[in-house]
Amino acid sequence: MEHYRQNLRAFAAFFVPSAGWLLVFFVVPLAIIFVYSVSETISLTEIKTTWTFENYARLLEPEILTLFWRSLWLAGISTVICLCVGYPVALVIATAPAKVKPWLLLLIILPFWTNLLIRTYALLNILGTRGRLNGLLEWIWTQGDRALTFIGLGAYDLIGEDFEPITFLGRWSGVIIGLVYVHLPFAILPIYASLEKLDRSYLEASLDLGAGQWRTFRSILLPMTMAGVMTAAIITFIPMLGSFLTPALLGRGQVDMIANVIERQFKGANELPFGSAMSLFLLYVTFIILAIQSFAASRGSRRGIK
Amino acid sequence: MTSRNFRPNRRSVLGGMGAVGLSFGLPGTGRAAEGTVNFYNWDTYIGETTLAQFTDATGVKVQYDLFADNEELFAKFRNGNPGYDLIVPTNDFVERFIVADLLEEIDHAKIPNLANIDPAFADPAHDPGRKYSVPYMWGTIGIGYRKSAVSTPPTSWADLYTSEEYAGRIALLGEPTTVFQMAFKLMGKSMNDWSDENLAAAEAMLIAQKKNITAFAPDNGQDLLLAGEVDLAMEWNGDVLQVMEEDDDIGYVVPKEGTMVWEDDLCIPKGAPNPDGAHALINHILDAEQGAEIADFIYYATPNAAARTLMDAEYTENPAIFPAGEAMEKSEVSIFSGQETLAKIDAAWTRVRAAG
Repeated sequence: MEHYRQNLRAFAAFFVPSAGWLLVFFVVPLAIIFVYSVSETISLTEIKTTWTFENYARLLEPEILTLFWRSLWLAGISTVICLCVGYPVALVIATAPAKVKPWLLLLIILPFWTNLLIRTYALLNILGTRGRLNGLLEWIWTQGDRALTFIGLGAYDLIGEDFEPITFLGRWSGVIIGLVYVHLPFAILPIYASLEKLDRSYLEASLDLGAGQWRTFRSILLPMTMAGVMTAAIITFIPMLGSFLTPALLGRGQVDMIANVIERQFKGANELPFGSAMSLFLLYVTFIILAIQSFAASRGSRRGIK
Repeated sequence: MTSRNFRPNRRSVLGGMGAVGLSFGLPGTGRAAEGTVNFYNWDTYIGETTLAQFTDATGVKVQYDLFADNEELFAKFRNGNPGYDLIVPTNDFVERFIVADLLEEIDHAKIPNLANIDPAFADPAHDPGRKYSVPYMWGTIGIGYRKSAVSTPPTSWADLYTSEEYAGRIALLGEPTTVFQMAFKLMGKSMNDWSDENLAAAEAMLIAQKKNITAFAPDNGQDLLLAGEVDLAMEWNGDVLQVMEEDDDIGYVVPKEGTMVWEDDLCIPKGAPNPDGAHALINHILDAEQGAEIADFIYYATPNAAARTLMDAEYTENPAIFPAGEAMEKSEVSIFSGQETLAKIDAAWTRVRAAG
């Protein structure tokens, strides 16, 4: 291959548009946000750059820490659920007959054809106390109650006197369901990709040599697809951490995450500097997670199962 | 008062989108050709044929975009006018726009129909002498409730803010300023007294009550009420009126401690590409017949006295539109409190939202 210096024009043809794009839509906005984050609001429309760190110091206020912590653990739990649900699904798709496979993949991708907002409104309809899910549970309860009455146990209220709908909206459970629902495809696809690449003969060898199904999964399958699992974890966890729409709608103001506070700084509070500092802090956290992941990945590949 | 979508058949998901901070209305930048007025309004907050009739009469086209709340509106204008000629902020935000020097003065000579406006609206505190604003609609905040779910109709903000009686069946607005202000009313304080003690007391009250509150609704309290998810909702009167028309079991009351009386105004932002067109459109909207058509469609209270004379008693004597009595005498108008107070309010609100 030619060295780029030998063909500067071709190099420029590729480099300039992409570098320009990055500059205009990434570097410049980020620089503005950084300058805002070390500025002070002095009036409704004016911001003065004073190189203050006050906005970053405010991140240590207890309520902000509480919300950061809440975002971390909600995203953490949701990521674990995504992996636990996503892995078996990916395994099913990877081992499905070649004819069925594209259809299964299509089913995973299909929700993306609908706008996130519409899907979230659909979840509101399903998860409400008078929603579809509670409707189904009530129907099951009624059948159970009838059956109990039929066998003469109706008087004891074994399953409660009345049906009590489960509250999801405005609770952690509702937000976690929403986060998992939205991000699950992002967990399935990388795991599926790593399972596809896997040489099946390792599994056969393991089983032939006397390891059980569980042992084969734990010692062979999981370690060999760990890269896919890590990717899945990262690309579900990071967007969940900055999730705005899901807690805003499904949390009903009771389960705010950090993005909801950031949004208010740019609207009601009119505190662009503080909002910028929080946004950048979220970005730093993301970088740290990515750094840890790439560090772990490089160590893993050196140690490697080859 | 985010979604002014009164008639059910006019409802769109847009109000909800705006409620979470997304709005797909494109600013009119670059489209401000001769003979176009760029009008930026709330959802379903104009008569069905008002704008078409304006175009028929004057030949001036109207580019009509929607915003979802005042905060979004201000955020769009704080760094310059994105290309609009006419906007509709609420009174305390009109003040905010004036303080930030973002409004053009209204030329009263170009709006002869100002004579139709009730003289009571001529000299409001938020814009003395009406230099920058023309009144469009006004209303109140109160409690929408499900009649069959309460033993006696609610009469006090205490039913929302301190009572255990309706635990798990309460929706408050999601807007911090208003929620704190109604707490101040309950405490017997002025809703414009943002002293640290008042704010701390209101914050403690909300944190204690949070477990009993189902939702801080981004202005969809009336939908929660209609769906049966809550039985009491703090809401803008027009929003509750909207669901009262769909469901006879819903009522509206202004609590005895008094409430906020708000007013939405027509304003021309600085840098408007077509201020003459904007003046012409304001004049058209203030016409008696046009005003009556608008009010009849959106069911908010109109300050247009000439329009009111054209309307039937179902509107003009509706206590949910024109409330009266002691509660109204104790009511106040919200005054813009300044940038420092905004930051204070948000910090307290974040503590409420982070609690529990």
